[in-house]
Amino acid sequence: MADLSGSVTEIRAEYLALTRRKRLMDGIILIIFVALMVSGFMVADSRNAGGFWSGFHRFFDFPKEVLSEASQKVGELPGHFVQFLPSLIETINIAGASTLLGAMLAMVLSLLSTRGLARWPRLIPVFRRIMDIMRAIPEIVIALVLIFVLGGGPVPAMLAIAFHTAGALGKLFSEVNENASLKPVEGLQSVGASWAQRMWLGVIPQVAPNYLSYALMRFEINIRASAILGFVGAGGIGYELKNAMSWGQGQYGQAAAIFLLLFFSIVFFDQISSLLRERLTHGKKDTVSA
Amino acid sequence: MTMTATDAQILKAQADSLFTRKRLMSFGLPVLVLVYLTYIFFSFDIAGLAQRIKMDNARTLVADSYSYKTHVTRDNRTGDVGVAIEGERNGTYEAGTSPAWVSLGEETVIDLDDGHVVTFGADNFVSYEIPGYGLVTAQPSRSAGVQATFPEGELPEWINASKNRVAITTEAGRLSVTRNRTEVFRYFMGWELFFFTLDSPYHGLGFGEVMARALGGEASDVWMDFWTNKMWRHGDVAWALFETILMAFLGTMGAAIVALPLAFMAAKNFSPFVILRQVTRRFFDFFRGVDALIWTIVLARAFGPGPLTGALAILITDTGSFGKMFSEALENVDEKQIEGIQSTGAKPVQRHRFGVIPQVTPVLLSQILYYLESNTRSATIIGAITGGGIGLMLTQAMITQKDWEEVAYYIVLIVLMVMAMDWFSGWLRRKLIAGDESGR
Repeated sequence: MADLSGSVTEIRAEYLALTRRKRLMDGIILIIFVALMVSGFMVADSRNAGGFWSGFHRFFDFPKEVLSEASQKVGELPGHFVQFLPSLIETINIAGASTLLGAMLAMVLSLLSTRGLARWPRLIPVFRRIMDIMRAIPEIVIALVLIFVLGGGPVPAMLAIAFHTAGALGKLFSEVNENASLKPVEGLQSVGASWAQRMWLGVIPQVAPNYLSYALMRFEINIRASAILGFVGAGGIGYELKNAMSWGQGQYGQAAAIFLLLFFSIVFFDQISSLLRERLTHGKKDTVSA
Repeated sequence: MTMTATDAQILKAQADSLFTRKRLMSFGLPVLVLVYLTYIFFSFDIAGLAQRIKMDNARTLVADSYSYKTHVTRDNRTGDVGVAIEGERNGTYEAGTSPAWVSLGEETVIDLDDGHVVTFGADNFVSYEIPGYGLVTAQPSRSAGVQATFPEGELPEWINASKNRVAITTEAGRLSVTRNRTEVFRYFMGWELFFFTLDSPYHGLGFGEVMARALGGEASDVWMDFWTNKMWRHGDVAWALFETILMAFLGTMGAAIVALPLAFMAAKNFSPFVILRQVTRRFFDFFRGVDALIWTIVLARAFGPGPLTGALAILITDTGSFGKMFSEALENVDEKQIEGIQSTGAKPVQRHRFGVIPQVTPVLLSQILYYLESNTRSATIIGAITGGGIGLMLTQAMITQKDWEEVAYYIVLIVLMVMAMDWFSGWLRRKLIAGDESGR
C-alpha cells in the first residue's frame, strides 16, 4: 500500500508539473498574441490618415448626417428607390450569372480533380493547382484588368467573380464528390457510357443538393462582392453609390436610399438562401429515411 | 401478403408521378439556367462587347507585363538626344551616357540588332536601314512637316506615313518621326531596372559581382539601393503587403475577441433571457447585413484612409459572422461534460472554462483561421477602396495605364501572399487543433 500511495503522489506531482508547463505555455502564447494585437493596432493607427482616438467620437457623425438628411427628405426616398432599382437588379444579376458560370466551371473542375472520378487521373494535381490559383486571386484584380480591356460595365465584374467562384466552389464540390458512391458510375460504365454520361447521370444526381447548397452560399457572398466591384468601376449599385457619395453634403438622400436598398437586399437574399439550404438538407434526410 | 390490383395501381401512379417530377426537374432546370443566361446575354449586352473590347489595350497590357522598351528621343527644336527606359524620369540615362547599342556623337547611331540601324544625322535628318526592304530617310522641319523617302514600290502596312508624321513598326523596334521629335523604341524582355536603377553604382553588374561586393563590406549599400529602388519601390511594396496582412489579422482577431462574449449572450443554452438573445442576434444580422463596403465608407469618413480603417471594417463585419457561427457552436456543446464538471463542485466560471471552452475551441479556431485567410483577400479589396496596403498600390498602378509590368508584379505578389496565408492558416489549424485533441 505504501508503494502505491508513493506512486500516487508521484503521479500527482507529475500531473501538476505538466499542468504548470501547459499553463506557462498558454500564458506565453497569450502574451505574444496580446503583444501582436497591441503593436499591430499601434502600427495601423500610426499609418492611418486619421487616428483612432481622434476619429472615435466622429464615428457616428457621418451616419447621423446621412440619416438626418434622409429623414428630412423622407418623401423623396421612394423615388430614389425606383431610380436605383435597375442598378440593384444589375448587381444581383452580376452575382447570379457569375455564380451560375462559376458553379458550372467548378463542377467540371471538381470532377476532373476527384480521385476515382477524374477523366485523366494523372492530371488531378494540375487541376487542383489551377483551382488553388483561381481561388487565390482576389476578384478586384481580375476586374480591374478586364475593365481596362473591356471597358466599364457588368461583364468584367461578372467574369472576375465567376473566375474566383469557380476556384472556391471547385474545392468544396470536390470534397462533396469524394463522398459520392461509385456504384452508379460503375453500373453506367458497364453499359458503355462515356465519361460525360457517367458524371452527368451517375454522380451529379447524388451530389446536386450539396452543390446547390454551396452555390447558394456563394451567391450570398457574390452579391456583396459585386456591390464592391461596382465601387471600383464595374456597373451596378456600387457605381451609383460612388457617384452619390462624390456629390457630398446635401446630396446624401440618394446615398441613404442606396444604403437601404443594399442592406435590405443582402438581408433578403441571406434569408432566402438559408431557408432554401435548410430545406435542401432536410429534404435529403427525408429521402434517406424513406 | 396479397397485393391487390388497386394497390399496384396506386403504386404505379406514385412511381409515375415521381418520374414525371424527376423528368421535369432534369429538363426544367437546365432550361431555366439557359433562359436566365440568355436574359443576361441581352441585359449585359454581351453581343456589343465585340465593339467595346479594346484589343490595343490588351496587347499593350500583355506585352508590357513581360517586356519593356527603351526610348531614344531627339528633340527636333534643340537637337538634344536623350535615352530613357520606358520614357520615365526615373529611368533616364544621364546626359552624355547611353547603353551600348546607342552611340552618341555628331551622328547618333542606334543599333536595333538584326541589321536594323537608325541614324540621327545632322539637321534633324533621320535614316533607317531596314534589312530586306531598304533605306528610309526622313527630314522633319518646322515649315514642311516630315519629308520622307522610301524604297520604290507600294508602302508596306507596317509603315504609316503622312505629311506630318512617319511611323515605322518592325520586329526590331519602332521609329516615329514628327515635326517636334524623333523617337526610337527598342523592346527588351523582362522587367526593367528591377534590382537597381540607373543612378545606382550596382546597375548593370552581374549577380556574382554584386554578391562579391556585398560580401566585401558594401552589403548595406547594396541593400539600400535595392530597397529604395525608385521605379519598383520594393520597400513600399513590402510595407503595403505587411499592411494588408495586418488589416486581415487585426480585423479577424479583433472580431473574434468581440464576438466570443456576445455569442454567449446569443446562445440558447447560456442566455436565459429571450429578449437579450434576440437583440444580440439582430445585432449580428445588422453587422453582417451592412456590407463591408458600407462599413468601409462610413469608417473612412471618421478615421480617414489607411490600414486602421480597413481593419475596423473587417472587424465590424466579421463580428456579425463570428457571433452567428460561435453562438451556433455553443448551442451544440455536449451538456454531459458540463454536468461532469459541475458534479465536482465547480463554480459557473470554472464550468465554462473547463466544460465549454475546450469543446468549442477547435470549432472556433478553425473558423477564425479560415476567415484569416479569406480576409487577406478582402483586405486587398478594402485596401483599394480605403487607400491602404497592396490594393491601393495595385489600383494606382492601374490608373496610370502604362505601368503594366508593375501591375503584373503586384498581382503575382498578391497571389503569393494569399497562398502563403492559406498555407499558414492550414498549418496553424493542424498544429493547434491536433494539440487540442491530444492533450486538453
